[in-house]
Amino acid sequence: MNGGKKFNTANLVLVFSILVLVVVVAVPVILIFITAFFENGKFNLAGVMKILSDPDTYQALLNSVIIASGVTLVSTVIGTFFAWLIARTDLPFKKVMKALFLVPFMLPSFIGALAWKVLLSSRAGYINKLLMAVFGFQKAPIDIMSLGGIIAIESMYLFPFVFLQVAGALERMDPTLEESARISGAGLGTITRKITLPLVMPSILSGALLVALYSLSHFGVPSILGTEKGIYNIPTKIYERIYASGGSFGAIRVGTILSMILVIAAALILKLQDVLLKKGQYQIIAGKSMRPVVLKLRGLKIPLLIVSIVYIAITVVLPTVTIFMVGGLKTYGLPFALTNMTWDNYLKIFQWRMTKDAIWNSLYLSLGAAFVTMLAGTMISYVIVKMKVKGKFLLQFLGVLPFSLPGTVIALGVILTWSGRFGINLYNTPWIIFVAYIARYMAFSIKSNSASLSQVSDSLEEASRACGATHWQSLKNIVLPLIKPGMISAFFLIFLPALRELTTSVLLYGPTTRTIGVAIYALNEDGETVRAAALASVALLIIFMGEAIIRKFLAQLDKPRAKVEE
Amino acid sequence: MADLQLSGVSKSYGTRKVLDGLDLTIKSGECFTLLGPSGCGKTVILRLIAGFETPDDGVVSIGGKVIADAKHSLPPEDRHIGVVFQDYAVWPHKTVHENIAYPLEIAKMPAEKISKDVRKAIEQVGLKGLANRYPYQLSGGQQQRVALARALVTTPTVMLLDEPLTNLDANLREEMRFEIKELQRKTGTTIFYVTHDQEVALAISDHMAIMDEEGRIRQIGTPDQVYEQPNSEFVHQFLGIPNYIPFAVRDGVAYIAYGAEAGIAPIRIPEVPPAGFHDKAGKAACRPMDIFIEKTTEARDALPAKVLRLSLLGPIIDYLIEVGGIQLRAQMQTEEAVARDMIIEEGRPCGARFTNLKWFGVNGEAVR
Repeated sequence: MNGGKKFNTANLVLVFSILVLVVVVAVPVILIFITAFFENGKFNLAGVMKILSDPDTYQALLNSVIIASGVTLVSTVIGTFFAWLIARTDLPFKKVMKALFLVPFMLPSFIGALAWKVLLSSRAGYINKLLMAVFGFQKAPIDIMSLGGIIAIESMYLFPFVFLQVAGALERMDPTLEESARISGAGLGTITRKITLPLVMPSILSGALLVALYSLSHFGVPSILGTEKGIYNIPTKIYERIYASGGSFGAIRVGTILSMILVIAAALILKLQDVLLKKGQYQIIAGKSMRPVVLKLRGLKIPLLIVSIVYIAITVVLPTVTIFMVGGLKTYGLPFALTNMTWDNYLKIFQWRMTKDAIWNSLYLSLGAAFVTMLAGTMISYVIVKMKVKGKFLLQFLGVLPFSLPGTVIALGVILTWSGRFGINLYNTPWIIFVAYIARYMAFSIKSNSASLSQVSDSLEEASRACGATHWQSLKNIVLPLIKPGMISAFFLIFLPALRELTTSVLLYGPTTRTIGVAIYALNEDGETVRAAALASVALLIIFMGEAIIRKFLAQLDKPRAKVEE
Repeated sequence: MADLQLSGVSKSYGTRKVLDGLDLTIKSGECFTLLGPSGCGKTVILRLIAGFETPDDGVVSIGGKVIADAKHSLPPEDRHIGVVFQDYAVWPHKTVHENIAYPLEIAKMPAEKISKDVRKAIEQVGLKGLANRYPYQLSGGQQQRVALARALVTTPTVMLLDEPLTNLDANLREEMRFEIKELQRKTGTTIFYVTHDQEVALAISDHMAIMDEEGRIRQIGTPDQVYEQPNSEFVHQFLGIPNYIPFAVRDGVAYIAYGAEAGIAPIRIPEVPPAGFHDKAGKAACRPMDIFIEKTTEARDALPAKVLRLSLLGPIIDYLIEVGGIQLRAQMQTEEAVARDMIIEEGRPCGARFTNLKWFGVNGEAVR
């Protein structure tokens, strides 16, 4: 790529890229390891074992495993079923239904959990009260604030991982594989069992592993539904310990040890997924989409459509509406009647110091982090994809590492790195959240930018050099304009999740640096359910608007660049 | 004079040595073609000249001025060389006009000169009226013309073309190669053309070099020279459909199938091997057009043969014949064959007369 051997700009960019990743990613991770395994400068495995066998932390580990297993199982079944329904049957309105099944991705799961708490908590859940009134139960029939409840709600928001993977595989699957089985006289049942299922199994498993990865380190749902009842998983336990001790080093150390479990589990899961995906690439991926064999549902067509619509209504519409309604209640617990409703809560959101600050903090932190991460990611991707330099394997490794790091772990690493140990203390300032966001979302940026850079053929840049342009001019005039769509999508891929981030921020916020997620969480903790719901409604509106803008924007970018002008 | 010179140039990738002490001189104003099989390192040579790669050893110079050696390398933008890539490398976000104007804009030319020069270049490559189109609105051939115009617009002294016609269809390829030659004649630019297509090389070159898989240059000469007097079996077989007749020499006379399996009698080749031929055996070579089919074996100097296959390829007829257990391709003009009633059915005997035989020794070197 580069002309001379002594191309100093190239080396400069490389060094800078490595520096960014080392400071933002490597140092925090290394510090977590050191803090977990070393005590007073000595390797201390006994201490680690002691903490893990402590009944309190042991119970959290166990809960994490139970929740993750349950969520994985439920999500896989639901996701595979709906994927098959969309990809392989003549279900009506498939396109719309497919888009609707992906909406749970947009909904922050802790806001969903909040809604379900309002509906199904054993004390004051609206649905529970309704059921008790109608059927005369003495006790609330459903308690969502339980392990089972957590599993159910998490599954609602994580199943799209399986859905996407399996639907994609089913759609891309070479239909001749099934047709040839059909010609050989196999019935549909046999084909599904012997041909289709084995072929999509890698996709099902890889989706399931992704769900397991997220669920294991998931903070939002267990924190809303579990904490009150003393049900902790690893991330909520880490938070509880640190919060209860006011951020003492002992608590942080327990946190790092629990984090190590998450990191190791995540590494194993990702490794397993990698192996599965490689194995799964027989001939099933045929590149272009083809017309697969479609099962005629006949009499089941309408019932299955209704099942799908009801599912979406329950998991998406019901919680969203609930949040908006609760946000409008004069006092929590009042029945939903027009006389009990007010706009006041919504207006107050923009007047209260705490909520106003939270919205502002979230906005500028996520915008800033998205911008910086996008630029740094572009540069790092350029080195990885385009430059022939030694040592770029290090960049590749560091670049994808945060992908396997749960938000809780990143928060701990950032605390260890930026609390004065290296002369810089960002604790209690918004900057600590800022660097944490950069670390957390760098992998997204590198992924998106690498993909668009690898589509820019080397000869385009070389042609510019041959035309007399310097390396820098070629980057500015040729490469940057061509990868702009990738950069913009990287920006939004970071901005939107950062806007509703909870897991990392909740460990890092200070008195004036609450984010939207933290504020909703704190209001809920304090029993201010109505205010929490009102703020959540505002957050949902911002998120929906953001999604709409991006969709429109990206669709426009995809359009041909210019009309024929003649 | 701006001769382009490579001397002692070596280049390795990891442990793989692609070029080893390569010497090459391209005279100012000529069209020089580097012909070789894919993966032989010919593109590497082009990239060394362009400045996209640096030599491990040796010197690259233009007009006596060193542009790259093992220690220093002039960056590509300072070499003033036009490059046309195999995949066109036309920038998708710029119109035809913007693509061609780019090198002039980089050179900070005044606006009037830019628009004048671009208009001229667009006309030169026959893209008039398409100036405001984007590349995706152009055919492959038109995109390649944009790439040509972009390389030409600064009137560089040297132009490098890397398989520029490979991605075009056959008709367009033929048309474009004449246009490139014509443009070169008009502009007087030195052209270094890299290809694996011997037809293009023979058609447009003033001089050409044939390279083998190991990255060694096997022969340099005019198209006539390398086609008519190949110095090795490798060059011969690379430049067209080859026919090889293995033979053995006894008492200064060459015999086909001498000492071959029982049942086939040795056949004497009427032509005598050249005086310099000292091996006991070798290969005689010719092109399909150098074999004349006769109706009978009685014709003078004709060897007994049999027609195995007859195919009509439009203007020519292609025979697969067998002489002394060896299969050979023979071609003749369809018109002539019809006029002389020379359509011989498959399986029938015939006579085969050879002209223009080239003699290669056991080591594959030509003997004249």
